[in-house]
Amino acid sequence: MRLLKSLALASAASVVAIAGAAIAQDKQPLTIVSWGGAYSMSQQKAYSEPYTAKTGIKILNEDKSNEALAGVRSQVEAGQVTWDIVDMLQSDAQRACEEGLLQKINPDEWLAPAPDGTPASQDFIEGTLGECFIPQILYATLFAYDTRDFPNGGPQTIADIWDVQKFPGTRALENIPQKNLEWALIADGVPAEEVYTVLATEEGQDRAFKKLDELKPNIIWWTQGAQPPQLLADGEAAIATAYNGRIFSAQVDEKQPFKIMWDRQMFEVDGWTIPAGVKNEAGVKDYIFFATDTQRLADQSKYIAYAPARKSSIPLVGKHEATGEEMLPHMPTQEDNFKTAVRFDTDFWATYGDALEERWNAWVNS
Amino acid sequence: MTDTAMSGPASFADAGRVRDPSAAPLTTADGLPLKAALRRSQRRLRLQAVLLVLPLLLFIFVTFAIPIAMMMSRSVQNPEVSEFPPETAAVIDDWDGEGLPGEEVFAAMARDLATGQENNTVGRVTARINREIPGARGFMLGTAREAATLQPPYKEAMLAANKGWGNERYWRLLKRETRSITPAYYLLALDYEYDSNGAIVKRPANYQVYQPLFLRTAWMSLVITGLTILLGYPVAYLLASLPLRTSNLLMILVLLPFWTSLLVRTSAWIVLLQQQGVINDLLVFSGLLGDGSRLRMIYNQTGTIVAMTHVLLPFMILPLYSVMKTISPSYMRAARSLGASNFRAFVTVYLPMTIPGIAAGTLLVFILAVGYYITPALVGGDSGIFISNLIAENMRGTGAQVRLAAALSTLLLVGVLLFYWLFNKIVGVDRLKFG
Amino acid sequence: MSLPAYAGPGERAWYYGFRFICALIFLFLIFPIVVIVPLSFNALPYFTFTEAMLSLDPAGYSLRWYNALLGSEPWMSSIRNSLFIATSSSIIATFLGTLAALGLSRPQMPARGLITAILISPMIVPLIITAAALFAFYARFQLGNSFFAIIMSHVVLGAPFVVITVTAALSNFDQSLIRASQSLGADGVTTFRKVIVPLLLPGIIAGGLFAFITSLDEVVVVSFLSGPAQTPMTVRMFSGLREEISPTILALATILVALSILLLTVMELIRRRGEKMRGMSPG
Repeated sequence: MRLLKSLALASAASVVAIAGAAIAQDKQPLTIVSWGGAYSMSQQKAYSEPYTAKTGIKILNEDKSNEALAGVRSQVEAGQVTWDIVDMLQSDAQRACEEGLLQKINPDEWLAPAPDGTPASQDFIEGTLGECFIPQILYATLFAYDTRDFPNGGPQTIADIWDVQKFPGTRALENIPQKNLEWALIADGVPAEEVYTVLATEEGQDRAFKKLDELKPNIIWWTQGAQPPQLLADGEAAIATAYNGRIFSAQVDEKQPFKIMWDRQMFEVDGWTIPAGVKNEAGVKDYIFFATDTQRLADQSKYIAYAPARKSSIPLVGKHEATGEEMLPHMPTQEDNFKTAVRFDTDFWATYGDALEERWNAWVNS
Repeated sequence: MTDTAMSGPASFADAGRVRDPSAAPLTTADGLPLKAALRRSQRRLRLQAVLLVLPLLLFIFVTFAIPIAMMMSRSVQNPEVSEFPPETAAVIDDWDGEGLPGEEVFAAMARDLATGQENNTVGRVTARINREIPGARGFMLGTAREAATLQPPYKEAMLAANKGWGNERYWRLLKRETRSITPAYYLLALDYEYDSNGAIVKRPANYQVYQPLFLRTAWMSLVITGLTILLGYPVAYLLASLPLRTSNLLMILVLLPFWTSLLVRTSAWIVLLQQQGVINDLLVFSGLLGDGSRLRMIYNQTGTIVAMTHVLLPFMILPLYSVMKTISPSYMRAARSLGASNFRAFVTVYLPMTIPGIAAGTLLVFILAVGYYITPALVGGDSGIFISNLIAENMRGTGAQVRLAAALSTLLLVGVLLFYWLFNKIVGVDRLKFG
Repeated sequence: MSLPAYAGPGERAWYYGFRFICALIFLFLIFPIVVIVPLSFNALPYFTFTEAMLSLDPAGYSLRWYNALLGSEPWMSSIRNSLFIATSSSIIATFLGTLAALGLSRPQMPARGLITAILISPMIVPLIITAAALFAFYARFQLGNSFFAIIMSHVVLGAPFVVITVTAALSNFDQSLIRASQSLGADGVTTFRKVIVPLLLPGIIAGGLFAFITSLDEVVVVSFLSGPAQTPMTVRMFSGLREEISPTILALATILVALSILLLTVMELIRRRGEKMRGMSPG
């Protein structure tokens, strides 16, 4: 009985203590939503930690970017916006912007000019700035493999990926239609520049799914960007699609014997958005101005192998912070890596995405 | 002590001076007729009972029942289309639905697009319509940007701007969906759709997602329930037939998993079943498997079935045990002494007496299984996920459709409540016990 | 069930065969929980036994994952959040649930079956549905991402367990003890405090512990309702399991297993005490 009483007292005391701690805050912190894992870490190192050091404003991180669109939609519709800044893919940002869920941005007012005075609107790589979207990085989704599984050399082209006789082993693909359907058409012989025209037709879609049918017995699915290196490392898969930065981290930080196949990498842009009706607009603007300047974008590439979205940042790209590895050769935009790159078409996916996602779900679950 | 038991004597009107005790109208010390006093005290006791229950009942009503009802109501609401084009909605009802609508509908749409562009509301309706008619986004947004400069006749102007406006299906969809209540999400949740003539038809096989998944959820839950009976019955029997001291000790082996976090148990199965996991290592180590042919036991149906059987097994054992404990061993002895074989005595005497326990365990496990989300999400891969996982996907994924999620939830909930009703009818919720 | 001396060879084989099968099933129940304990002391970041571990080489074992867990501020703050949520919600659930159970066990209670079914229903409704519904509900009142919303929803989820355990305790309750107390001159409050509460306490504590552990273990609803300031350990664990499963999770899992053993022991002690108080033979 006495024991129980003291237990009850102790827990009551802890309740009071914790509640007190939760209330004690000095400056209004910012909630930033991103992807988690190595990518969030690179943002925290390059943007948030220096920002907190400079201003004393705390940054709360939430790893929910893979549900960013739905999250912003429900917050804006409920009129309770708790996310201050949201990291989104360009395609999601475009849809959210069309639906009126995001703050519109005037780049030259919101963003710092380049060191040489070029206004921000001219400094970002063409076609990346959106009405509601401030790009940070260019990244590639591509195939990578574990060299231990291919002692005689791994796959070199998309066609090799489909060749399970020559390159046996499980393939880990992301459980979404995006990019997988494009690759399937390329593997089926469609020229890269015609992929989206073909995919816009019913026959083209049938063709892509049919090609994927061939590979299906050898596929396992991933849903989070951190999974593919893990699946390769655990031997669950021999080949995986992945974001190039995640594979880079596994290669240099964890010394994993992975190799990237740059053939037909699909590149797209990732960046910041701000939900419409955000409460602390001044705080958000201050952070964005700081975090998207030329030096900060270049700094991010010290931690992860994504290319900065500002032209003025590229000459500043240096060495990997942890290992001293030269970063430029690992950038998706580096000449050799970029030769057969395919640009991910956000407009196509904004139009056909829903229908193809439904068909995808039916196909995956069948 | 009920009203009827005491109603006889108190029915005499004349109170006070009666000799015959059997006919005496009883009164309480302060002179009230006993029946009235009793009724009053009964009423007071009933009020007390209700007042004790009321706080929790109200609490659950407000913070559970109402939110669920609100969510269900969202599954038929249709504000995206019904609120956006107010002018088109007003005139499109007069259109007979044949061919293309006339100039006045096009003119109304032009005005709606202009206001929608100004108020930034055109995107939402576009997203909704584009789901059913891929490509609608392109011509709607394109024309909306130029809506302010469009000149009459609008029909010609819009058709010239984009031939997408000549899609008859588009106009029929608008006519149908400008109502504020729509069955569209239930059709979708059951894999039906409107064809180009507006008739309700089954979706093509390569678009059918939800119906197969409902079936798979039910089927896999049945398998899991069956496995828990298979594994739970012998254990419950052993526990019920051992001396109390031993069975209490063994009961700990059942209760410990029951008390252990679901996430802990699921992660334990990941550790055991993955390709570089403990079981595969053991098999390779013992030479039963080559290193290259490790078994795939996780991120598929096997993973879900194994892990969920483990998680739900205590829910089968506990009700079985509580029924078996009450069965006297003398029944079996009697059957045996009358010449029945062990097996026959078990099948004809023991088994029928445990049916209430089997029923309780089966319904409980099945009800819990069909709604599972965490375990399939972590170990199910793609072939081992349940309908809950697609509901979650539709709540938060990139292609999220909250109203479809609400429709799917409602269908699932109706199914679960049906089984819950059955459970209550057959077993009774008040008989639920843990440990 | 003991083997009679006259049992034939077939019966004997069946007897031992049956016990062997049962032993395998017990192994199935307990092995997954036991296996994570040694693995959480793995010196290497693997989820399987290394050779050093199997040969019981001390170098194969280390506390590094425990250090990683206890030294990580995100993990520790999420554990604090979880304890805060579980403590507050289980106290409220115990209070409301006990009152309701007292009412339900009164013979005068109208519509008892229906009301019990309603009170238990949060346990039955699939969590994803509850989560979706509560998420929209609290967001409408600007209460998404708040401790208040999380605690309230955990009260809803925990209360059924209290109702069930306290009702069970009440059904074993000898009503004549109340009359005895009253006939000895105790008033309602005294009877409640001196007779009812001590006899029901085991049931109430058991219900409270159930509510506590239900809240501590809950992921789905809380992942919809929590923001970064409220993230509990389960949400962190869930995303860890989906992404990069690190042995840190096994360290936390081992601590949680220890906690459930502790709670189970407390329950067992309380149960024995309760049986003794009711004058039944100890188990």
